Amino acid sequence: MLNSCKLKIAGLQAWYDSRQVLKGFGMEIRANKITAVIGPSGCGKSTFIRCLNRMHEIVPGARVSGSVLLDEQDIYRANPVEIRRRIGMVFQAPNVFPAMSVFENIAAGLSLNGLRNKQKLREVVEKSLAQVGLLEEIGSFIHLPATGLSSGQLQRVCIARALAVQPEVILMDEPCSALDPIASFHIEELLSELKQQYTIVIVTHNMQQAARISDYTVFLSQGDLIEYGSTPTVFINPRDRRTESYITGRSA
Amino acid sequence: MSRDLFRGMTAVLSLGLVLLVFLMAFVIWQQAEASVQKSGWEFIVSRHWDPVHEEFGALPYIYGTVISTMLAVLFAGPVSIGAAIYLAEFAPRRTKALLAFVVDVLAAIPSIVYGLWGSFVLAPFLRNYIEPWLGKNLGFLPFFQGSPFGLDMLAAGIMLAIMSIPVITAVAREVLETVPDGQREPLIAMGATPWEVVRIGVIPYARNGIVGAFTLGLGKAIGETMAVTMVIGNEPKISASLFSPAHSMTSVIVNEFAQATSVLHLSSLIHIGLLLFGLTLLINVLARLLIYQMSWRVKKRNENT
Ligand SMILES: Nc1ncnc2c1ncn2[C@@H]1O[C@H](COP(=O)(O)OP(=O)(O)O)[C@@H](O)[C@H]1O
Ligand SMILES: [Mg+2]
Repeated sequence: MLNSCKLKIAGLQAWYDSRQVLKGFGMEIRANKITAVIGPSGCGKSTFIRCLNRMHEIVPGARVSGSVLLDEQDIYRANPVEIRRRIGMVFQAPNVFPAMSVFENIAAGLSLNGLRNKQKLREVVEKSLAQVGLLEEIGSFIHLPATGLSSGQLQRVCIARALAVQPEVILMDEPCSALDPIASFHIEELLSELKQQYTIVIVTHNMQQAARISDYTVFLSQGDLIEYGSTPTVFINPRDRRTESYITGRSA
Repeated sequence: MSRDLFRGMTAVLSLGLVLLVFLMAFVIWQQAEASVQKSGWEFIVSRHWDPVHEEFGALPYIYGTVISTMLAVLFAGPVSIGAAIYLAEFAPRRTKALLAFVVDVLAAIPSIVYGLWGSFVLAPFLRNYIEPWLGKNLGFLPFFQGSPFGLDMLAAGIMLAIMSIPVITAVAREVLETVPDGQREPLIAMGATPWEVVRIGVIPYARNGIVGAFTLGLGKAIGETMAVTMVIGNEPKISASLFSPAHSMTSVIVNEFAQATSVLHLSSLIHIGLLLFGLTLLINVLARLLIYQMSWRVKKRNENT
């Protein structure tokens, strides 16, 4: 293959207590591409991406088996803290820290990494804000409590916060589902720029969005991988009947 | 139609509640008036309390209440917050249910039972072990001078701390549990340790509620009567030493109310009640201000970066 592989997943199974949610599948996620994860609600999309940065295991009673290789390194044999720093995550709700300013929100992850130098903090925060197109827009609001922003801006603050720790991969779980169409559009544009530097995996329930922005699409159903391929192929010429009926909206 | 009715009813009820508070304040004020007129401001600065000669200065009682309450919060604060954090964030499911139950039971024990325990167990223990030790090792501080007495300010502070811990812990725990996972997960996803998650994501989010928990604990400590009366020593002294017997606003009321025959004596006791009312109000206002000021601090802190 021309594109290099960033994450190599094999035999991935996941449970909540005794209930198996991922049935065991593998795939390779390409570097510097956007991979969309689609599928009916409850099929395991969130669980799947949470297995990719070891967030699944923080749920009490949750369990994983199989392997996920990040550049050849098995993340389940590495230090989870280091893995989570290399594989960042953006959540569905724009969950900023309300007691902190925008600046402090974005700097939060950096201070975890032990960065204390004010000058350097400032540089990274401003760079991250610029990356999500907020630096100009937010101006002097940067030092006000983050809660004063619109939800679209908040979500971009959350993305900037994830970018600030300089991850290699960014996992996004329906990042636009709480946003209005215009704010979603901004995020979509942003993702297309970010893929130059990052590998992006995005869960979305919006077919148009998946078709517009992703390079690859994976379709999950009931914890199984049904189809995985380049987005045009999956959308125009799916191999599996279930994929076809899902994307054309004929069944859930 | 039924909505208007409902609105009307709730409006009447909430107004009634406000009215009730005012009515209470008014009645207390009325009863205290004789003393207010006679003693004026002298009442809160004079340390002379002599019912026989009709001289009434409440300072020793105010001092006792304020200091014992402050001690209580000082002791109870760290313990309660620590316990609440453990219960809400770290305890395994089983342990948590059990401990939460124990905390609730502790909060429900009648204060007279605490008082009995305080005078038969706590006070002798302080007198025989803790206070001699403190006097020997930290005796250069004015707080730990004098002979150990057991029934004293220290006992009252510890007693009140023990009694407010369950209250503060229970409320703080519930507050922490309302913090959404959305505050924790981004931090975990950035590689935060459990303690960092609590420090950065959970506590700042819950701070208003935590202040509220402290206010409740403080209210409990200020108003507590029986247990304090049984361990504080009941002597209207003002001494820097925690080993000295003291008195409190609630204790003097409960001790003297039945024997107060003169109008002025009775009125003076009610005057103390009025001050207690005011003190409670003051604490709640201060708590509000604290919450308000904390929201501003974000801005301040950032203007310096
Ligand atoms: N914390 C949890 N505890 C127990 N079951 C869960 C938990 N989270 C998700 N599940 C279950 O796992 C399945 C997959 O959930 P999820 O990965 O969130 O699906 P999706 O994101 O595709 O909607 C669902 O049936 C859901 O009910
Ligand atoms: Mg989901």
